[in-house]
Parts: sequence; C-alpha cells; structure tokens
Amino acid sequence: MASKQITPTRMELTRLKKKLVTATRGHKLLKDKRDELMRQFLDKVRENRALREKVEAGIMAANKNFLLARAGMQDQVLNTAMLAPKQRVSVESGVENVMSVEIPTFDFKTRSPDENDIFSYGFAFTSSDLDGAVQSLADVFPDMLKLAEIEKACQLMAVEIEKTRRRVNALEHVMIPELQANIKYISMKLDENERSTQIRLMKVKDMVLKEAHNYESF
Amino acid sequence: MYKIAVLGDRDSIYGFAALGLEVFPVSSGDEGAKALRRLSEQDYAVIYITEALAQELGPELERCRDSLLPAVIPIPGVHGNTCLGINMVKHSVEQAVGSDIIFNGN
Repeated sequence: MASKQITPTRMELTRLKKKLVTATRGHKLLKDKRDELMRQFLDKVRENRALREKVEAGIMAANKNFLLARAGMQDQVLNTAMLAPKQRVSVESGVENVMSVEIPTFDFKTRSPDENDIFSYGFAFTSSDLDGAVQSLADVFPDMLKLAEIEKACQLMAVEIEKTRRRVNALEHVMIPELQANIKYISMKLDENERSTQIRLMKVKDMVLKEAHNYESF
Repeated sequence: MYKIAVLGDRDSIYGFAALGLEVFPVSSGDEGAKALRRLSEQDYAVIYITEALAQELGPELERCRDSLLPAVIPIPGVHGNTCLGINMVKHSVEQAVGSDIIFNGN
C-alpha cells in the first residue's frame, strides 16, 4: 500500500503511469552507466595497484641512495648543491570524460629538453652517490606522474560509482515498487467506484420501474 | 600551466628539487595542513606528500579527494613505507564496489 495519501483519480493515474515509464527508463540507463563505469574502474584500479607498487619500490630505492649520499657529505654542501635547480617541470592538464565523469590528464614538460640537466651542481664537491640517487629518482618520475593521473581518476570514479549505485538501488527498491503499488491502488479504487455506480443505477432503475408500473424486473 | 609540489619532511623530499619539482619541507602536522591548504588553492596539479605526513592530515586529504585538481598522491618517505598509499586505493575499491575484491584483504 501507498505510504502517503494519494487521490484515486484518473488524472493521478495517468501521471503516475508516466512517472513509472520515466523511472523504469532511468533505472535501465543508470544501471548501464554503473556497469560500464565499474568495468573501466576495475581496469584502472588494477593498473593503479601495479603502478603504485612499482613507484613505491622505485622511491624506496632512491631514498636509500640519498641516505648513502647524505652520509658521505656535509649537510651544507648538500644544501648548496640542491639550492638552485637547473631543471623545472610544468604540467599541462587536460580533462577527459569517461561516462560523464571528468578525470584529469597530465602531460609534463621540462624547461630544458636535455634530460641530463637534473644535476644542479658541479661534481667537484659532492659525493658520486648523490648523482646515482638523483638519477634513480629521475628514472621513477615519469611513472610517478602516471600514478598521479590514474590514482586521481580512480578516486573520482569511485565517488561517481557510489552515487550511481545508490541511485540505481533507490529506483529499483523504492521508487518503482512504490509507483507500481500506487497505480494498482488507484486502478482498483476506480474499478470499485465504477462497479458501485453500476449497481446503484440498477437499483434506481428497479425502484423507478416498480413505482411506475408496479413491475419487478427480476 | 600547472606546477608540481612535494610536501613532507626535508630528508625525504630534498631530492625532488633536482628534478625541477617544488619542494615544501614541513616539520609538523599543523604546518603540513596549512601548506596543503595553501597549495591546493594555487595552481598545483599534483601534490606528492609523504605517507608519514599524510597520516596526520586526514580531513585535509579527504577534502582534496572529490575535486578535479589537485591530485594529492602519497609517496613513501625516508622512514619507510606505511602502506597508506595502497590503503587509499583499497578505500576507493571499497567505496565503488562495496567490498575489497582487488586486494582480497592482503
């Protein structure tokens, strides 16, 4: 039964029927959207996991190298070496649309095209460990950027999937059953009204006939 | 044109300066929260943050999760891996699917 009061009229019935058609259609579309988003999300998240493991291993290795480099150098020398970076990275960000979820794409540019420009110091006063450390970090950097792109996409898609899933469930388990129950209630009520009108008319006819001709119809 | 920032304790991040990223050494969680808030309002597309620091910045991190930019990405610091990054991926899977089907609890 309907949870709230509804007026059993033909107009209300037509309105509810239209609403049911829209709700059913919306439900089908949202379900398709959820399924497709889920498929893409699972692909992305698998990639995300693999990439994260790779990047974490890379950074851990680089950190080890840096630790060694620090051990062999004075702090001031190290600070000076890192004070004025030669290289500069900037990111061009675009927007990609996946099933109406906007996810960012990153494309990085370096100020100088030479990728060996990462050494911002003369080699005279620094330990050679530092060169290796910086190089190992530079190697892992393209993957880091890719990780940023994919991980952000996963986060945004997860939010959208959650929303879509809730909508699908609300339509499937609340909206559509309620509409169907209401439509049933109204059509029952209208049928009942029609029958009672018919009976009333028959009764009236009997009474009129009886009064006019003293005649019984049955 | 966007920039890339690295946030964390100095020992973990100074190497990134050589690559041309902008490093912002912070020493405490409060300082980190302020820095993250400031950076997320400027034109930084990606903010890498050490896991140790990320652990102290729960709400700030959550705030950046829903917006398109910046992407806040935890990376392991010099003190080792706390699994925070991989847990965030798990969290995404749980949010989307309802249960963790990629990692199967490990």
